[in-house]
Amino acid sequence: MKILIAALAATLCMVGQAEARTWRIRPGAGAEQALQTALIEARPGDTVRLARGRFELSSGLSLDIDRVTIRGEGEDRSILSFTNQRRGAEGLLVTSDGVVLRDFAVENARGDAIKVRDCNGITFRGVRAEWTRGPNPENGAYGLYPVNCTNVLIRDSIARGASDAGIYVGQSRNIIVRDNVAELNVAGIEIENSYNADVFNNTATRNTGGILVFDLPGLPQQGGHSIRVFENAISNNNTPNFAPAGNIVASVPAGTGVLIMANRGVHVFKNDIGDNGTVNVLITAYRNEFQDANYNPLPRDIMIRDNRFGNTGFAPAGELAALAQMGVAFPDVLWDGATLFSVRGTPRNESVRIVMRDNRSSRGGQGSFLSLGVPVAGAPLSEAAPDPSFPPLLAIAEPEEVRIRN
Amino acid sequence: MNIWRVLLCLVAFVALVASAAALGPAPVNQAAIASERPPELLSAYRFFSDVGAREPNTGVTPYDLNTPLWSDGALKFRYVFMPPGAQARYNSETVFEFPVGTVLIKTFAFAADMRQPTENARFLETRLLIRRADGWIALPYVWNEAQTEARLSPAGAGIPVSFTDNEGQNIALDWAVPNRNQCKGCHDRAGEITPIGPSARNLNRQYDYGRFITYEDGHEVVTHGEQDQLAAWAEFGILDNAPQFSPFVPSAYDAHSGSLATRARAYLDVNCAHCHNPDGPAHTSGLDLRWSQSDPALWGVMKRPVAAGRASGGYDFSIEPGHPERSIVLHRMSSDDPGVMMPELGRQLVDQRAIALIRDWIAGMDANGRVRE
Repeated sequence: MKILIAALAATLCMVGQAEARTWRIRPGAGAEQALQTALIEARPGDTVRLARGRFELSSGLSLDIDRVTIRGEGEDRSILSFTNQRRGAEGLLVTSDGVVLRDFAVENARGDAIKVRDCNGITFRGVRAEWTRGPNPENGAYGLYPVNCTNVLIRDSIARGASDAGIYVGQSRNIIVRDNVAELNVAGIEIENSYNADVFNNTATRNTGGILVFDLPGLPQQGGHSIRVFENAISNNNTPNFAPAGNIVASVPAGTGVLIMANRGVHVFKNDIGDNGTVNVLITAYRNEFQDANYNPLPRDIMIRDNRFGNTGFAPAGELAALAQMGVAFPDVLWDGATLFSVRGTPRNESVRIVMRDNRSSRGGQGSFLSLGVPVAGAPLSEAAPDPSFPPLLAIAEPEEVRIRN
Repeated sequence: MNIWRVLLCLVAFVALVASAAALGPAPVNQAAIASERPPELLSAYRFFSDVGAREPNTGVTPYDLNTPLWSDGALKFRYVFMPPGAQARYNSETVFEFPVGTVLIKTFAFAADMRQPTENARFLETRLLIRRADGWIALPYVWNEAQTEARLSPAGAGIPVSFTDNEGQNIALDWAVPNRNQCKGCHDRAGEITPIGPSARNLNRQYDYGRFITYEDGHEVVTHGEQDQLAAWAEFGILDNAPQFSPFVPSAYDAHSGSLATRARAYLDVNCAHCHNPDGPAHTSGLDLRWSQSDPALWGVMKRPVAAGRASGGYDFSIEPGHPERSIVLHRMSSDDPGVMMPELGRQLVDQRAIALIRDWIAGMDANGRVRE
């Protein structure tokens, strides 16, 4: 009996080994077909290894098998190049659970670089998404783009040149974005319509806006909440906005460090935020009209604490430039002051808690604050009645740490 | 083994072959349909009684749709096979529920001159959707140059095609046979592969059966000429129920078949709603282009883009009533740039008739998304 069990165990072990296969793909003629075939015929647990070199691709790639790892030799060594892409709305599309993407780059996709949708468990690690010509409105919208996913881990990755957001997490839940570099995008990192995100130890620089936390109406998942943005370096985000009009990020003023729009429970702490020409932190309601009765356009329960602010307000841009011309001095933290909104003609009032405490500014003291005093969400800024007094020091419970086991 | 036994075997074999010939072609190969490893060659299924796959075998029913998905204007020949005795279940809203063992067969072809579609049609590929016990699978078979056989091509393929289009223009394109994932890119409902076309509203039309033979209890039953397609399916025993009044969608390009608004909605339903529905791949966009969706805001009326990027074309709304020239829906339908165009897959050309249809619809639309006709 013992022998039988031992034999059985050995067999299972071998079967287990036989099941997890490694597909090795080298650049060159036939690589595209070989790579897409591997991504179709892989079994759960398999690894697709990309050799060193440049893979020229004419069509978007796609993966729909759970628990597959795609791994290259490094973001600067294994490059999926879509410069000559003729088909497919993204470079790589992933629609399965538990996928790991590691150590390769996606360059010059015609649309989004890497889109991952409707998944549970996705890891980006050491991945680079880039449009190599730099900021250009003809670049694709998103670099690293998980949407409607649970358990999203993006770390040690790089995003450059996206005409919307370099790292964009949309309509997702349980998210960690850490140790990444986002530069030369319109938005460096954007968390949109999402629940429970930790965004930390990232560098967001030379974007139009550094780190954005948005909530938009009319989407299947909304009511974004519980977002922690901490220990990031968010500096010199002064690239002129190059987003195509019509997109929400096209309204982001160049020179914005952190932008919080709508959402509940956003905590911004222990970041280095400076040299952003318009404002270091902008807190605003969603300012367009909307018909969605379930949507709340106001940012609520916002904590800005223990940050180090550098220079700001030296080159106000976008809609806010007009305020500067009216003689408004730009602060570290600017809030539109909205506490009221109306949906389908019905006015609603909110107790909006915005708290700023224990920050330090290179310009002296705790940093400056300004409410524009525009009480109704979306009302014209010409109605502003600026008020520099700090909001009351209320306690706002911090969201719990996000944990992911991918 | 002595010589007599060999001879006997030979005689028996010849007799068997002769008797098989007398009974007509061998029936559809259901073992091939059920097989875990799909056959390499389309002919192995015996869906057709001729080499060129023009003549459906017994039990293989041709059908047509009111408004089909547009695929660069390709001709499409559609058939359905169900195991003998099995039936699809009627549903007034969604695609019918088909029994295990069903195969939806669709051949894509271009005629040398599309103004004479019945002459010199070259088959490119035949796609099968097979209903297994655990769901549908999609299998593309690519036709050879000689048009004598089609071979399974799960990783996709490119086929150079040239033809003269309906306007007399010479067109050359690299036809893209979808790989397995791309099949699912359209045929996806909540992560499962699913058919798009055969719903009651889209099948509810006349079909010219010519002289079409089915078998009932071993007897030949001949169906002649034009028949109501749903009633015919019920007659053939492949549909459990065909109500006297079923919903229908008009034929999008035929101005006589319905109002501008219904034709536009029918087009968007078949060409867009397979992704743009609450369970489809594009649900995160918030657009719902299903025929059943009555809220114009969800069709895109005054809806701002979410993740369109440069595909917005600089415009603010998916549909801006009265302004087709500023509506993102039309902008993306008019593009052939892979990063902009909609649908994302399945076309390289622009459907000019659809552009005219959607342009007229948006131009005539009031602020509430309605068209007075």
